[in-house]
Amino acid sequence: MNVLEFTAVVGVISGAAGFLGALTGLGGGVVITPAMVLLLGVDLHYAIGATLVSVIATSSGAAAAYVREGFSNIRIGMFLEIATTVGAVCGAFAAAKIPASELGVVFGVVLLYSAWLSTLTRGAPHPDEPADPLAVRLRLDGSYPSPKGPKSYKVSHVKTGFSLMFVAGALSGLLGIGSGALKVIAMDRAMRIPFKVSTTTSNFMIGVTAAASAGVYLNRGYIDPGLTMPVVLGVLTGSMLGARLLAGARTKALRLLFGLVVGLLAIEMIYNGLTGRL
Amino acid sequence: MALPRQRTRMTDQEVDEVIGTLLRWGVMLSAAVVATGGLWYIIQYGATAPNYHVFRGEPAHLRSLKGIVGGIVGFHCRRVIQLGLVLLIATPVARVAFSVVAFFLEHDRAYVAITLIVLSVLLFSLLGTH
Repeated sequence: MNVLEFTAVVGVISGAAGFLGALTGLGGGVVITPAMVLLLGVDLHYAIGATLVSVIATSSGAAAAYVREGFSNIRIGMFLEIATTVGAVCGAFAAAKIPASELGVVFGVVLLYSAWLSTLTRGAPHPDEPADPLAVRLRLDGSYPSPKGPKSYKVSHVKTGFSLMFVAGALSGLLGIGSGALKVIAMDRAMRIPFKVSTTTSNFMIGVTAAASAGVYLNRGYIDPGLTMPVVLGVLTGSMLGARLLAGARTKALRLLFGLVVGLLAIEMIYNGLTGRL
Repeated sequence: MALPRQRTRMTDQEVDEVIGTLLRWGVMLSAAVVATGGLWYIIQYGATAPNYHVFRGEPAHLRSLKGIVGGIVGFHCRRVIQLGLVLLIATPVARVAFSVVAFFLEHDRAYVAITLIVLSVLLFSLLGTH
């Protein structure tokens, strides 16, 4: 395989991943790294570096659209970004110290967990809870547009959410993923923020989180232009097409299919990591 | 008569608009630069063999902002792609930097401080780790 063919294959894989990621809302980043490592034999560190940069592209592209709809809460996002960016820098430094085989196992486990999460029902209503005084002091409470006019919400368990965000950031920096699923859990389940606000704010935060670790990756020479170019352009094209089709798509079956693919890739990553083939 | 204070403030919605535009242009500009460098890279190296099986790390001039940005004078396709990627990484950083200004104009001191913390972590990562 020469550079032209290799670039085309990586571009097509990334395009498909970005397309499915946008349609299912799961993000395409998680499948690109294992696909490049398992199918094309790319070194895990190069694959992680390339995917991380593509995560910034999709997050920024999607956030540009969401932010105008008025769902994302910039104060919540900015406050929690303290935790995610610090976590991301720690994760990126840790990635350099951990051998590829062990990193592969961690990647597989996180992947398996996100596959399982994707099968769960989402957006269950929250029971009424007293607002966290810290949330009041930080003015995190907000409102979002609904058919019946602006609907206000309160934010609880700020400290738990903040800690979970550190973990989400660390995983993002360690594995080059967006950790959107964990960010949504932290906001939706722990902090009791409405689901739509959680997902759009999470998307908004992913780019900043990924940028925090991307700097470390760049300085360490993990970001290869020849490999990252088709990944970024592929994911960007795929996710733009996916987002455009989103309105009419039946996503339930797709989510299941995507979850299955992610699950299989996860098991193979763990197996290859344990047998020292990465 | 003094102007009402409201006039000097930006509403949250205006801030959202600017951020949305900033992100969109950042992504489009960087994608265009990456695509340009990518096309050149394919033309120049398309027939050679890729080697990503073993991790070697990028050469010094593709690792630091100084090397990448300074390298544009001595134009090279891999440097052009890398410049596009740096623009992409810089897009969320620019968004955070703009938020500092926006919170300042909203007279929200607590959030100016919070946003400055985030911005300094980002700049530390981009500039200060080699």
